[in-house]
Amino acid sequence: MKILAAVKRVVDYNVRIRVASDESGVETNGVKMSMNPFDEIAVEAGVQLKEAGIAAELVVVSIGPAACQETLKTALAMGADRALLVETEVEVQPLAAATAIKAIVEREAPDLVLLGKQAIDDDSNQTGQMLAALLDWPQGTFASGLNIADGKATVTREIDGGLETLLLTLPAVVSTDLRLNTPRYATLPNIMKAKKKPIERSTPEELGIDIRPRQKMLSVSEPPVRTGGVMVASAAELVDKLRNAAKVIP
Amino acid sequence: MSVLLIAEHDNSQLRPATLNAATAAAQLGEVTVLVAGRDCATVAEAASVIDGITKVLLADAEIYEHGLAENVAPLVCGLTNSVTHILAPATTMGKNLLPRIAALLDVGQISDVIEIKGQDTFVRPIYAGNALACVRTLDPVKVLSVRTTAFDAAVTRSSFAPVEKVGPGPASDRVAFVSRQLTVSERPELTAARVVVSGGRGLASQENFHLVERLADLLGGAVGASRAAVDSGYAPNDCQVGQTGKVVAPELYVAVGISGAIQHLAGMKDSKVIVAINKDDEAPIFQVADYGLVEDLFTALPQLIEEFEKGSA
Ligand SMILES: Cc1cc2nc3c(=O)[nH]c(=O)nc-3n(C[C@H](O)[C@H](O)[C@H](O)COP(=O)(O)OP(=O)(O)OC[C@H]3O[C@@H](n4cnc5c(N)ncnc54)[C@H](O)[C@@H]3O)c2cc1C
Ligand SMILES: Nc1ncnc2c1ncn2[C@@H]1O[C@H](COP(=O)(O)O)[C@@H](O)[C@H]1O
Repeated sequence: MKILAAVKRVVDYNVRIRVASDESGVETNGVKMSMNPFDEIAVEAGVQLKEAGIAAELVVVSIGPAACQETLKTALAMGADRALLVETEVEVQPLAAATAIKAIVEREAPDLVLLGKQAIDDDSNQTGQMLAALLDWPQGTFASGLNIADGKATVTREIDGGLETLLLTLPAVVSTDLRLNTPRYATLPNIMKAKKKPIERSTPEELGIDIRPRQKMLSVSEPPVRTGGVMVASAAELVDKLRNAAKVIP
Repeated sequence: MSVLLIAEHDNSQLRPATLNAATAAAQLGEVTVLVAGRDCATVAEAASVIDGITKVLLADAEIYEHGLAENVAPLVCGLTNSVTHILAPATTMGKNLLPRIAALLDVGQISDVIEIKGQDTFVRPIYAGNALACVRTLDPVKVLSVRTTAFDAAVTRSSFAPVEKVGPGPASDRVAFVSRQLTVSERPELTAARVVVSGGRGLASQENFHLVERLADLLGGAVGASRAAVDSGYAPNDCQVGQTGKVVAPELYVAVGISGAIQHLAGMKDSKVIVAINKDDEAPIFQVADYGLVEDLFTALPQLIEEFEKGSA
């Protein structure tokens, strides 16, 4: 079977982001960019399915500017076979990403599409569900367990009350949660090998899709900052403060 | 304006998160609540007394028993004639379902709304809450998930709104519910608790994590955890507080053995009073704490537990 994984280039999770002073967005100039951590988990899941002999090919796709090739190279170095870039300078919102991935699905005909559950920049948590809707495929979101057998995917999902298990008939969309696996690091030899793997480029126009934003960002502002508190010297003093100063406990 | 609010429930009880989302919905217009489930008439009744609700739609059928998005989404889309806004709480249920509805309607979605500025303009956190985006949607139907900590729970009233039966719509034969393993707990629900005591990697084992649970119980609180504590198996996954876990805003949040990574802060920094206990005086958690105690947690926690055991005896 064939797997498609979607990878987004985002500000690295370790970066302390700064809001631009004109409130137009977040400073990205000179900021370290990386693959969205949930997408590393999606790629890892795809590579593991290949290693287990369940998948024959893992293709990765990214939608965004030319720099997304870096992210795709990381995925190739982790073990993906081929990469596709849908190149655009326009801001890609979740419905647009889903629309583009759908166009790729129609060309590539994968049996399973893996996405991260959430991009850590927009924190939307939408694209996988939207893609499943557009394709009329079943969805297994927030997966912490994934088993493929007999044309079906058994997906264990992290839900508010605990865990839930669904059985999806392939083709299906699965979005990955943190505990599905621990992504491997790309080793130097694999990074070298990945340089020879192909990255195919296309544009939304070539794919015949409309990816215009549906939402207009009016402003981006700093959240209110918490003012520093006080240090206490002992558990007893803490209890006293909570009772008598903060009055949050009886 | 006509607002459709999707109720969250377990077929017998309405989840409190629905009440927070109802407050947001009421700011937008006349609110109809959809209860989709199986044998869930009691839920419809509970929804019909939410203050500000004008009507309840009840879709009671086997295909809605487990809230599968593949079945509920087409049902919702069939009810959107003249609807201007569709809302649900930003729980795992809402997060799973709403984008599927939005895409079927060919509209975008605004996730985790914390403030309603107007019929089409909303504020939401991005980058783990390190920035607040004010966005205007250009879509005819506005699909919004509501961050429950940002809106008070709607009150209930003594009169009932009418309940109207709808559906069922189509069902998917490509998804089947297998099982659900829910964490059983006598403690208050994490996202609605007045007090939350959370433990991190500093607890070092599942046995030690009982110290956190003991303190939570003495304070009548819920138990939370950092990702590291969940990944290490000290606490179940549904305890994770943070950017990619649950968002809480209790009166009192106690962070024990948690460093305070931005991903954790994203889930708790709107708490009213924050207490941090950590042996490293440079831990970033102290920057958001109202009361900080630099001490080994294995000294501090037993002392705190003893203090409160005294108080409760
Ligand atoms: C994509 C992504 C999503 C994430 N989502 C989340 C999320 O939703 N929620 C979340 O919490 N994290 C999340 N994280 C992880 C986050 O970045 C941190 O790794 C995590 O919060 C650290 O957990 P911790 O504070 O328990 O562990 P650590 O950072 O290891 O901190 C342990 C702390 O305990 C203290 N300590 C140790 N022993 C003792 C002792 N005996 N007494 C007192 N103090 C002691 C140490 O000084 C230290 O400060 C996410 C990360 C990524 C990449
Ligand atoms: N521009 C993009 N390119 C590739 N994948 C994307 C893009 N945007 C979103 N995704 C995928 O969708 C997931 C969820 O993103 P979001 O809905 O934005 O939170 C991500 O983890 C990616 O797997």
